[in-house]
Amino acid sequence: MTTEKLNEKKGVVVRFVGDSGDGMQLTGTLFSETAALDGNDIATFPDYPAEIRAPHNTIAGVSGFQVHIGKRIYNSGDNCDVLVAMNPASLKSNLKWAKKGSIIIVDADTFTDDAIGKAGYTNSPLDDDSLSGYILIKAPITSLTVEAVKDIFTDKRSAERSRNMFALGMIFYIYSKELDHTDSYLEKKFSKTPDVVKANKAVVRAGYNFCENTDVLQSQQVRVEQAIMPKGRYRNITGNIATAWGLLAAAEKANLPLFLGSYPITPATDILIELAKHKSLGARVFQAEDEIAGICSAIGASFAGALACSSTSGPGLSLKSEAIGLAVMTELPLVIVDVQRGGPSTGLPTKTEQADLYQALYGRNGEAPCIVIAASTSANSFYYAFEAARLSLEHMTPIILLTDGYLGNGSQLFRIPKMSELPKINPPFATPNDETYAPYKRDTETLARQWAIPGMEGLRHRIGGLEKLDGKGSVSTEPANHQKMVNLRAEKVQRVANRLPDQKLIVGDETADLLVVGWGGTEGALKLAVEELCEQGKKIAFTHFNYIMPLPKNTAELFNKFNKIIVCELNMGQFVNYLRSNFETKSFLQYNKTQGLPFEVSELKEKFNQILGGK
Amino acid sequence: MAIEHSQVQLTKADFTSDQMVKWCPGCGDHAILASVLGIFPEIGYKKESYCMVSGIGCSSRFPYYVNTYGFHGIHGRAAAIATGVKIANPRLSVWINSGDGDATAIGGNHFIHLIRRNMDVNYILFNNRIYGLTKGQYSPTTKQGQITKTSPYGVIDYPFNPGELVMGARGTFFARAIDNSPKSLGEVFMEMAKHDGTAVVEVLQNCVIFNDKTHQEVTNRDIKEDRQLWLKQGEPMIFGKDRSKGIVLKGNHLEVVEIGKDGITEKDLLVHDATRENTGVHMMLAQMCPPEFPMAFGVIRAVKQLTYNQIFEKQMQELTETSSIKCVDDLLNSGDTWEV
Repeated sequence: MTTEKLNEKKGVVVRFVGDSGDGMQLTGTLFSETAALDGNDIATFPDYPAEIRAPHNTIAGVSGFQVHIGKRIYNSGDNCDVLVAMNPASLKSNLKWAKKGSIIIVDADTFTDDAIGKAGYTNSPLDDDSLSGYILIKAPITSLTVEAVKDIFTDKRSAERSRNMFALGMIFYIYSKELDHTDSYLEKKFSKTPDVVKANKAVVRAGYNFCENTDVLQSQQVRVEQAIMPKGRYRNITGNIATAWGLLAAAEKANLPLFLGSYPITPATDILIELAKHKSLGARVFQAEDEIAGICSAIGASFAGALACSSTSGPGLSLKSEAIGLAVMTELPLVIVDVQRGGPSTGLPTKTEQADLYQALYGRNGEAPCIVIAASTSANSFYYAFEAARLSLEHMTPIILLTDGYLGNGSQLFRIPKMSELPKINPPFATPNDETYAPYKRDTETLARQWAIPGMEGLRHRIGGLEKLDGKGSVSTEPANHQKMVNLRAEKVQRVANRLPDQKLIVGDETADLLVVGWGGTEGALKLAVEELCEQGKKIAFTHFNYIMPLPKNTAELFNKFNKIIVCELNMGQFVNYLRSNFETKSFLQYNKTQGLPFEVSELKEKFNQILGGK
Repeated sequence: MAIEHSQVQLTKADFTSDQMVKWCPGCGDHAILASVLGIFPEIGYKKESYCMVSGIGCSSRFPYYVNTYGFHGIHGRAAAIATGVKIANPRLSVWINSGDGDATAIGGNHFIHLIRRNMDVNYILFNNRIYGLTKGQYSPTTKQGQITKTSPYGVIDYPFNPGELVMGARGTFFARAIDNSPKSLGEVFMEMAKHDGTAVVEVLQNCVIFNDKTHQEVTNRDIKEDRQLWLKQGEPMIFGKDRSKGIVLKGNHLEVVEIGKDGITEKDLLVHDATRENTGVHMMLAQMCPPEFPMAFGVIRAVKQLTYNQIFEKQMQELTETSSIKCVDDLLNSGDTWEV
């Protein structure tokens, strides 16, 4: 491999697109992992259709996987430097994501009249000048793949399965990456079918060599700068896996069995799938008959003494509303994970959005406050899942953890913590045979009630959804008691703020003319946009919220240092309105988008520049 | 996992709660409560090992009146809540109290799935064929044509027979009892307690206020011997005032016969076998109703089958022993990782 005289770049974005079933997710994953092993920081994001296998060669069937690698990576990138399109439909639907002048690699063999027509082109885009602004590489990927494996597979179907590896080999050449990781992956994955290993390895090399022999690509070879990362052990992790592991970590630290009661729903299902694997770690996972049974079983499990969780997405959270109220009333610990997607109703199941915030904050009958927190990167989903369990268990109240499709399915590098570095979790257990025990007797500091686990001696009690007499916990319809209990449940949630870290500026300082505010899954794009403007000398700062209900105690103080604040979120203004209701005298600008897509750094910078310029 | 037994002999008083029982005078629920309080000491588990779970409705107030661990849930969800209790804490003896509306209307889905899974819980279904707590609307078990507050011209719906739902979901235990027969109630509850898996007992329960005498076609003193067939394992199906009637299987259906008539002897009668895995005869027995047939009572079906919880615990144990991932540190460091 030639490594000298290569162009250096801080970061590059590669987008792999093809028919669902073309193996784009695997191709992207292998490229990102290779880059990570080679010292790059990475972030990935799959972009797949709601249909499992839509008709071949149609726009509806296009599946994609975007990889962002480089020195300092906060998100999966806006537009790509290389677009790999395995058929006409994927080129047609993804060209909008390619930067001007970027490399477009197409499998020229797939541009048949039929496929061109199905994609909605009237003429082949390879033959007119519609792609003249790009470096177009018309690679006969299918035929060269078949050629590369002709000694292994004689049937075309088996041979063509490796097409994605040809594309991968091409990308490896362009970014001068080694093939070792892919080799060992293939050896492990297909250990029972050595022919498949051999074929795939041959095709990766064929792709690599094809580029080496293509003049135009030789000058395009790039070396991507290595990341400067804190020392430690790393792995690649998606937000959903990180969430599942965070819950397991919390159960271990609380010394409780983990119970998950869930129903499959996109894009949250991976949490259920992951935890179902870990019976050896004591995970008691129950796939329920519906969303309601999922959360109700979790409430039963919590009553019976488990760290109980239910994972879902927006429509599922709607179905769980009544039961969350039951957990509020019975003052039991319960973690509800909402991996948000585009709504309302079935909405955009595979696309991301942040529009469940109102539902999390207010979507229940009666005065029913819950703690609400949000993860903000795929990797920190681990810590916020852990934190959700900790707050819920120690404060004896349900908590809603908001992540989203972008975090859940996207992946990032994760510095692996040691369990000994994480705090111990201490739920307020009642003491067996304590004669003074009463179900609603509270801790004076946190207002949490004691948790008596069925089976414990001398603590038999009954609780339920009817209003409870404070202290004793018997059923009560006393007007004054109801008022008191409503106040206590609200105050209990507010007091969680006593132990939250201060809200801090992530970028910039107090002298900035504009404070950018975000929450949840948009942190990467916002941080990068503000950092880039700062580097250009703009007076701009950035703060990002993970704790939403309650807010960190210094929030007002922080806001008061700035004259202009803009709140950016992937909904029509739910967090900004929540802030307005909390800080009535403060005025907030807002920037919103509901397209099922993450923020692009470029659109954010444009918006912020507009505000800064207009002052 | 075994449920812990009490070291001392407990009595009814050990399970009587300090709450005032607020059911209407004459309500069938009082008799069911008395039976449960009576058999808990007999079953012999520790006081702390019992857990009552309910949904919403008159019968769902039950947990407040039993001094055990108890959870009063939300409408229809008792089965789902109890499922979580049992999976999280298999050392508990879990009892569900639910009415016909709670179990077969809003909670119908949970009811059939609980049974399908053979979750190891006891399910007392109080069937008074009416919504009592909301004051008299028809339920899924109300008879067609009955006038209620929400069916002023008569119920149009065809009713559910809870036994058919249990059989349809391949339940492993179904029994039927009557609130005005305390002795048999206690016996049936004891059989339920002994069964591993989802045990459903339908209690024909009278609502004196909104559906009085709804079961009288089988409970009326004057005719009850002719309208009630009490099943006993291994015994021929005989009923009637002078025990002169029986049930035979003729072709693919059941028939009532008179013993001694047309040469019929006891030997011709169907012998009850609750343990047959095939639900065919049990389904026919559960379906029998007056005036053509007597109604079947006692244990109609009691089939041995591994419970959800037994299989669950076996998986947990095997995987704990064989998996190389023993703690979360192992998990975090599993698969592809690298040092920076």
